[in-house]
Amino acid sequence: MAEFNVDPYVDLYARRTGGMSASEVRALFAVASRPEVVSFAGGMPYVQAIPMEHVVEIMEGVLMEKGDVALQYGDGQGSPALRERLCMLMAEEGTIADPEDMVVTTGAQQALDLVGKVLIDPGDLIAVEAPAYVGALSAFSAYEPRYLQIELDDEGMVVERLEDALVRGERPKFVYTVPNFHNPAGVTMSGRRREQLVALCREAHIPIVEDNPYGLLRFEGDMEPTLRSLDPQNVIYLGTVSKVFSPGVRVGWTLAEPGVLQRLVLAKEAADLCGSNLNMLLTERYLAGDAWRSNLARLVGTYRRRRDVMLAALAERFPSDATWTQPAGGFYVWVTLPSYIDTRALLAAAVERRVAYVPGTAFYPDGRGTDTMRLAYCYPTEDRIEEGVKRLGELLADEEELYRSLSR
Amino acid sequence: MSAERVAVLAGGRSPEREVSLRSGHRVMTALRSRGFDAFVVDPTEQPLVEALSAAPISACYVALHGKEGEDGTVQRLLELLDVPYTGTPPYGCETTFDKVLAKDVLSAAGIPTPPWAVVEAAALRDLGAGAILHRLAERVSLPAVVKPSRAGSAMGLTFVEREADLPHAVMNALSFSEAAIVEHRIDGTEVAASMLGSPDDALPLVEVTPKSGVYDYAARYTAGATEYHAPARLDPDVTARVQAVAAHTFRALGQRDVSRADVLVAGDGTPWVVDVNVSPGMTDTSLLPMAAQAAGIAFADLCERVLRLALIRGA
Repeated sequence: MAEFNVDPYVDLYARRTGGMSASEVRALFAVASRPEVVSFAGGMPYVQAIPMEHVVEIMEGVLMEKGDVALQYGDGQGSPALRERLCMLMAEEGTIADPEDMVVTTGAQQALDLVGKVLIDPGDLIAVEAPAYVGALSAFSAYEPRYLQIELDDEGMVVERLEDALVRGERPKFVYTVPNFHNPAGVTMSGRRREQLVALCREAHIPIVEDNPYGLLRFEGDMEPTLRSLDPQNVIYLGTVSKVFSPGVRVGWTLAEPGVLQRLVLAKEAADLCGSNLNMLLTERYLAGDAWRSNLARLVGTYRRRRDVMLAALAERFPSDATWTQPAGGFYVWVTLPSYIDTRALLAAAVERRVAYVPGTAFYPDGRGTDTMRLAYCYPTEDRIEEGVKRLGELLADEEELYRSLSR
Repeated sequence: MSAERVAVLAGGRSPEREVSLRSGHRVMTALRSRGFDAFVVDPTEQPLVEALSAAPISACYVALHGKEGEDGTVQRLLELLDVPYTGTPPYGCETTFDKVLAKDVLSAAGIPTPPWAVVEAAALRDLGAGAILHRLAERVSLPAVVKPSRAGSAMGLTFVEREADLPHAVMNALSFSEAAIVEHRIDGTEVAASMLGSPDDALPLVEVTPKSGVYDYAARYTAGATEYHAPARLDPDVTARVQAVAAHTFRALGQRDVSRADVLVAGDGTPWVVDVNVSPGMTDTSLLPMAAQAAGIAFADLCERVLRLALIRGA
């Protein structure tokens, strides 16, 4: 009678679930997803721009012509035809890839989990950017690593900091990076840094995990070579069609050397046997035509205009002591505010004013980043972006006034 | 005769939207198991008046948390629509939900509630109240709990040990509400005192022991993060004292049907009332259902008993 156990299994859970807990911020997102809220929180691709009749036509063809395959189990590695297409997609960024070196995954998110499963033992050190993609942190954290956090600047990962750590004797199992249009920071690794990182890791025998979901969403400037193209032997490459086509089909992939690949395929089969044949056939056919290029070009144009509107609005509406990154592509602007602002606490007031963002602390495993926020401009329309930034700007002005009055 | 139609109000725009939806769906399922035609109505999905006018309903079960649902707004509307509803009437909601008002009512009624002070955003912005923040610390004497005046689920709540941390904690609370309460932190056993029906029907006390030491949002809604004992491990005379104070609180704040008072029992046995809820959580980790269960009342019985109180009023 005396003790109440709300969860009878509480003593049975694996240690790796220890970090999984309810949070205020997560609860606030339940309100932030309401339509009246201008949400800069989620990095949702603007799928409305994909012509639906075109997709319907492909889907009909898939079911009429290959229905028996579409509804069946498939190849754990993904069909050769799709892998071929994905290699062609990588060629757009100058990466030469062999379909044999590829495993198709359920989004690149599954690839992150598989990489963790194959490479991380509890207590292993892994190097990530600071800030780092929150989805990678949650995928890796299930395997209980320790994190070595490497600062970012306008040229991406500060490779010297990684070098310093190696000199100190730190031995990360791998280095995880999003070199193009970083999530959440919006910055892109410079050519110089790419060369530096690849050379350093090759010499130290530390593999690089290159996560490149946004590479084809460039608004301006020259394309940088992928890390994989600079050093195919030492780079595990993660790709996805989520941003060039649709996140709903859940098609991503990993490119790796044969030894790693073998384990990734076995781990993938253990996790879910195989991906969805239906979705893989749809993706393969979508990428087979030429329409995907014009669709993507239109999409990139939309994102570019949205980025422009957001940067202009930030310059007009945000406090003068705030700073933010200037993304040349992708989805995100990273804002650093005066240190008295705690963006976690501020989120409730923001949602009350019908605007939302992701507090920066989500992107640091060690709770740093209380004065930072990630703003995604990919989804809201241009006038909604203006309105949302205006609301945030007013809120920040009020916060500043409040802070001044409290520190008098 | 067809089943009685019952709208379970849940969701809303408050930061507690998610908690409320969890409460609401559990209540709906429970009422269905008792033969009611229960369905969830989320006022953000459809204007409430429209949803309730679509077809006649017998009563509303209010499972909204936070503003709108607990501050009397929805209750006033339901009075206007002549729809019987569960829980406290508008004025009681208004005074209970706003801690600035509730603390005054409790204090005037002689109910022990820890020393407190109020900081309003407007006073800081327009009246220079920031300059006397240190006096506030003297008045309540640290350590203190800083919380928003109008919010629930421990959202926006900060524990403050040092005066230097006060401004940050106040800003945090003011993110949720236009006023912050700075309250002396009582060291003691945390218990929830729930009422069902009338103040003379106190349910067993539930003792709350968060593993992290702090009963914050994560400790409340992560299964296994907090240990609960029901009835609380208190001496019978202390238990009686807590229940008497909770009953007094129920009457003083004009509450009805159900209520939950959060009480800190100090070493000398004094029950300090720190928070009162008009729409207690009904989730799988909520305290009222636990108290009911300790009294041998299953969750579905609890929901039905609360609903019947509203149905009788409407008859």
